[in-house]
Amino acid sequence: MGTHRRDFLKKTALVGGALVAAPYGFVRNIDQAWGAESWVKKGQPIKIGVLFSLSGALAVPEEDSTLVMQYAIDEINKAGGIDGSPIEPVIVDAKSDFTVYSEKTKELILRNKVVALFGCYTSASRKAIMPTVMAQNHLLYYPTCYEGAECTQNAICTGPLANQHSKDLIPFMVEKFGKKVFFVGSNYVWPKESNKNAKIWLQQAGGELVGEEYIPLGSSEFGPVLNKIREAKPGFIFSTVVGASDIAFHKQFKQEGFKVDSMPIASLTTGEIETRAMGNEFGAGHFLSAPYFQTMDNPTNHKFVEGFLKSKYGKNGTTHYNMEETYISAYVFKYGLEKALAAVGYDALTPRAIRDHSGGIKVEADVAPEGLIWIDDKNFNTWLKPKIGQCQADGSFKIVKSADENVAPDPYSIYPESGKCTADGLVAPDGKIRKSVI
Amino acid sequence: MALGSFFGSFELSSFINALILGVSIASIWLLAALGLTIIYGTAGVINMAHGEFIMLGAYSSYTLQSYLGLPFFLCVPASFVIVAAVGLILERGLIRYLYKRPLDTLLATFGVSLVLMQGVRLIFGSDPKYLAVPQIFQNNMQLGFLNISVFRVVVLAVTIGAAVALWALFYRTRFGVQVRAVMQNKEMAASFGIDADRVYMLTFALGAGLAGLAGSLFGVLNIVLPTMGASYVVQAFLVVVVGGGTLAGSVVAGGATGELQSIFAYFTNDTFARFVLFVLIVVFLRIRPQGLFAPSATRR
Repeated sequence: MGTHRRDFLKKTALVGGALVAAPYGFVRNIDQAWGAESWVKKGQPIKIGVLFSLSGALAVPEEDSTLVMQYAIDEINKAGGIDGSPIEPVIVDAKSDFTVYSEKTKELILRNKVVALFGCYTSASRKAIMPTVMAQNHLLYYPTCYEGAECTQNAICTGPLANQHSKDLIPFMVEKFGKKVFFVGSNYVWPKESNKNAKIWLQQAGGELVGEEYIPLGSSEFGPVLNKIREAKPGFIFSTVVGASDIAFHKQFKQEGFKVDSMPIASLTTGEIETRAMGNEFGAGHFLSAPYFQTMDNPTNHKFVEGFLKSKYGKNGTTHYNMEETYISAYVFKYGLEKALAAVGYDALTPRAIRDHSGGIKVEADVAPEGLIWIDDKNFNTWLKPKIGQCQADGSFKIVKSADENVAPDPYSIYPESGKCTADGLVAPDGKIRKSVI
Repeated sequence: MALGSFFGSFELSSFINALILGVSIASIWLLAALGLTIIYGTAGVINMAHGEFIMLGAYSSYTLQSYLGLPFFLCVPASFVIVAAVGLILERGLIRYLYKRPLDTLLATFGVSLVLMQGVRLIFGSDPKYLAVPQIFQNNMQLGFLNISVFRVVVLAVTIGAAVALWALFYRTRFGVQVRAVMQNKEMAASFGIDADRVYMLTFALGAGLAGLAGSLFGVLNIVLPTMGASYVVQAFLVVVVGGGTLAGSVVAGGATGELQSIFAYFTNDTFARFVLFVLIVVFLRIRPQGLFAPSATRR
């Protein structure tokens, strides 16, 4: 019954769409929707969708993502594009509104016929568009950190998962600042899931959780939490506070008389851009775990930082982990498309084919500013080296620890009972395979 | 949650710290609400752009500080003047045509708030800005087991100063008598020769200026962003509505809400504290819709 109804709805939607669109001359697009034309044609521009918020509460990180994406595309196009064709970005503003995210996703896939989507910063927006992406069997490049616990066949993530993110940070902090730790986070899914992971690392490191508090998203009043921290006397604070709240948190930390030397904040998100916004004196001394820092000393990063800041996209004056993850996602796409083209040719190329051929793709150290990374061939997240940086008085980060080798992404590390994520779906312990799990 | 665990973590010294913090939170709520109290209480204008006036205050301070190099303590009064001027222009150009239609002021000022937000974004960009303050304001004071940050004391002092100044203006000056007369009955006041139009204009500008003053201080506690006003406007409206639109009402309502938030947050957590607080406000308004100290005059 369910399938019948869905079939019926699909047909109705198609017929309805055709009726509405035909008089306006969109017939060609409808043909494409039926698959009459291939997604990418030799010698013609390759369209991709760039879906970030340029206005609203999420514009702070997402505008940078859009800019760096354009920079990466220019760079690829200047070097000859992909098989001789330039990439043509279709840039849309999602306005920090989840309904706009999902509407624009449909528009990009069905009307603009983009072959891949790059977008989203928060898990909430990703969860808003994934149903559409999966229903169209399309492809999303999600270029930032997230909590995991998803296993879809339509996404590639170039940021760290929760299991990679705090793995080194917690033992490092416990060793340096003592066993007692206080968790503070914004009140939504990513901080809570990240903290579940952090608790496991804390237990292994022999640490002790002396308090756990969540602040409403966007709240700027940290007085009560800081009073509780003062009572609990932890050795360090582990923070998953994000956005504007994060800046208020660091400012009030200092204003309330906390000393960074004796009780620093170890964060998963407070990077170069946040530090600049709060003022260097409020950021100095705190720690951040990320796969990339602007100060990384290697030729690729020097070239990336210099080239980006000099380009017309570098107006905001900094590079940070989120931007670097976005930058490499463009190259993951390039390599994936080239590999898929070589395997199936232009006519059979679909977004799904790009994803299926992206497993194991490597971005070498002469391209990725953070150093060699590769895409896992089972769960399509990224093998990367998490690094720990300490913010200096000038707002830059000094890298104090770097993982010896790339850490495996594992979206279900804290939910072994759910199963293992493979290329075909989530394999439960009893052997059943579930596709498209979000 | 059992009552035992609810009060299990009780400890006198930290509870007193929470009470002191409550005073500080209350001063922030009240400072955000003072300008709105005057505008709503006097002219009956539901000013949805109040949060953006606060945001403009923060950006004024930022501009003066980073482009003209003005020291912070001069930026604060300067922000008052700048945003008061913006309020004046807005009142003359738009609001004064809407006094007879109070519900339309809601829509019009909401539109203004969007214009201001996007305008600031066009000029300054959407990345956060930074307000520097003298070193002394970045620390805290410790008296025995009592802890409070210096800047919170500054905010408290400014709030008390602003509230006292407003009280003096309304109850000790000729202008104040005129304002109260217009509040009670505009037509009657006009027939006694009071220029009600001018009173509305000046009170609107004063209210906007107070929001600007608040903004220049909030920019230090928080973050300077085009969207920063949104988080304050809700608090401000709650204080004004609970207080009944009078100055005394706002002082009591701001004090009670801030203190309750701190106490609830002490016993549970921040998210739950807000939940309880907002539920209490809704229940209170159900029982007493006119607020704590409603003006005795006929409402417009």
